[in-house]
Amino acid sequence: MPDTALTGPRGPKPKKRFSRNNIFLYGTLIVVSMYYLLPLYVMVVTSLKGMPEIRLGNVFGPPLEVTFQPWVKAWSEACTGLDCTGLSKGFWNSVQILIPSVVLSIAIASVNGYALSHWKFKGSEVFFTILILGAFIPYQTMLYPIVIMLREIGLMGDLGGLVLVHTVFGMPILTLLFRNYFASIPEELFKAARVDGAGFWRIYFQVMLPMALPIFVVAIILQVTGIWNDFLFGVIYTKPATYPMTVQLNNIVNSVQGIKEYNVNMAATLLTGLVPLVIYFASGKLFVRGIAAGAVKG
Amino acid sequence: MSYSVEIKQLDLAFGAVKVLQNLDLNINEGEFLVLLGSSGCGKSTLLNCIAGLLEVTDGQIHIKGKNVTWAEPSERGIGMVFQSYALYPQMTVKGNLSFGLKNAKLPKDEIEARVARAADILQIEPLLNRKPGALSGGQRQRVAIGRALVRDVDVFLFDEPLSNLDAKLRVDLRVELKRLHNQLQNTMIYVTHDQVEAMTLADRIAVMKGGAIMQLGTPDEIYNQPRNLYVADFIGSPSMNFLEGHLESGNFKVDDMVMPMTGYDFAAPQTADRPAVIGIRPEHVVTGELVKNAPLQFNVVVDLVEPMGSDTLVYAQLGQHIFRIRMDGQATVKAGETVAIGVDPSRASLFDKQTEDRL
Ligand SMILES: Nc1ncnc2c1ncn2[C@@H]1O[C@H](COP(=O)(O)OP(=O)(O)OP(=O)(O)O)[C@@H](O)[C@H]1O
Ligand SMILES: [Mg+2]
Repeated sequence: MPDTALTGPRGPKPKKRFSRNNIFLYGTLIVVSMYYLLPLYVMVVTSLKGMPEIRLGNVFGPPLEVTFQPWVKAWSEACTGLDCTGLSKGFWNSVQILIPSVVLSIAIASVNGYALSHWKFKGSEVFFTILILGAFIPYQTMLYPIVIMLREIGLMGDLGGLVLVHTVFGMPILTLLFRNYFASIPEELFKAARVDGAGFWRIYFQVMLPMALPIFVVAIILQVTGIWNDFLFGVIYTKPATYPMTVQLNNIVNSVQGIKEYNVNMAATLLTGLVPLVIYFASGKLFVRGIAAGAVKG
Repeated sequence: MSYSVEIKQLDLAFGAVKVLQNLDLNINEGEFLVLLGSSGCGKSTLLNCIAGLLEVTDGQIHIKGKNVTWAEPSERGIGMVFQSYALYPQMTVKGNLSFGLKNAKLPKDEIEARVARAADILQIEPLLNRKPGALSGGQRQRVAIGRALVRDVDVFLFDEPLSNLDAKLRVDLRVELKRLHNQLQNTMIYVTHDQVEAMTLADRIAVMKGGAIMQLGTPDEIYNQPRNLYVADFIGSPSMNFLEGHLESGNFKVDDMVMPMTGYDFAAPQTADRPAVIGIRPEHVVTGELVKNAPLQFNVVVDLVEPMGSDTLVYAQLGQHIFRIRMDGQATVKAGETVAIGVDPSRASLFDKQTEDRL
């Protein structure tokens, strides 16, 4: 039985549902999400309409007659020049570029970051500084020298060449990311592992890696979206047979011959954006946790 | 007698910062040695050198008669316990205990046996399948000790293992550590800046300052015959009273008081007159009935009283100096009162004012 003698405020403070703050907060959120979601909505509905319906000009209206034909066409029949195989080929090219680039760049950068934070060697700080400076060099100045280099080693136009380029360009930022994360792991933990007789790789795989999962998720998201969305390197260092999906999308959407099939273009764009979208949805929570992760408690 | 750990002419510098210089230290078989000193004096650095986690700039380290200066930490026959526990957070307690043994490629049943023995000694069997995150501070530190224990080594190194624990737990684990040492009889080197830990645990204490050992001796020697002013001041709480004056033909003169030093054990038989400092521990000052028998007697005016239950700390005015006196917990003294006190010169310490060394 609670003591009723107490007067005045007691227990949790009651919250007003429609306070001015709340209205302002939710109002802003709704407006901002409309701003971002409306174009997406238009794209989705347009991609589900037939061309006759599009010509009626009702951009915001839902499709009167839902058709998946534009999606099928975008995937397997759309033409870029004389080649009418749709986006599918670009998709598989992109996958073949994406997987090795992501795996390689993260594998190398995580070992870099680990070595630079826990196995300092003479000149390791200088090495790190030079690496970070690499992040500030504009890509444009590197484009042509890389063409020459790739030609010299015979990888120009090859998927392998593009993988190499992505791996190298991902290195500064990823190394920074991993180094800072590993540096936040207490030095004593590392010392304890050394007393326990673990060497460079054993400490990396058995002590550091299990603790570094959040930062790996962050790195994967950064790399997957970055590499999948890349257009510049893709268009320069590949040839039509090895074009990644983004380049092929551009070629489909911007093709000058024939009529503009808006529904196919919309479907093709949505298809291309699907991979990063899926990654975001699947790992959004982990991403935030990784970004926010501070020191790891032992 | 063979030494367990010998440190010979050890130098260690971080770049231009010289942390340890020409340090020599011999540690006996089965000895519990405490490295005691204030923050930043190089205790952890010395311990890391012994463990092989820091490369020495010069000098040698021998463990069990073997020169291990260039050996890897895992090859030195040492186990180490850290202040922050440093448990592998993704492994269970059992995984933590067996990690080193797996690295050493020990057979499975041997690993099981050693883990079981350590768990038994430290009473952590119920925790074996938990992750460190699900343990309390005291349990974590026990696991950390266990990780050193399973390695079955000759020398244990502790770097302030108890300082992350709350006061009560610290006392409990301190007693456990002492018991563990009695049981195992290993050599233990223990870093702390807590003098109570040092006094209670150590066979010998090395008091360090600025990377050098000020005094190496048993707790009794360190407490009763501090070799210099620094050690005298560092050891003891509340700290020693120091009065500056003159030593003149066996008498210590401060202001207009004269204290004959009869019974004082001078380091050198003939000590010349010089400026000096006398150190008197607050707990060596007697009051009440006992004053009659004391060789030196004074009257002091009480300035401030701090009752602490078990005893009472009194700040009193002696001439122009504040003098700390430890009295019984039940003593009834008030500020402003005059109290008679007695001092025994044989329990005091005299230091040269210039060199700060014991006379
Ligand atoms: N990596 C380093 N680079 C430069 N100086 C260092 C480095 N590590 C320690 N020092 C310096 O060496 C001195 C001794 O450090 P150490 O860690 O041994 O002190 P400590 O006695 O263990 O102190 P505490 O009780 O605070 O742990 C300090 O002055 C510290 O600043
Ligand atoms: Mg320390």
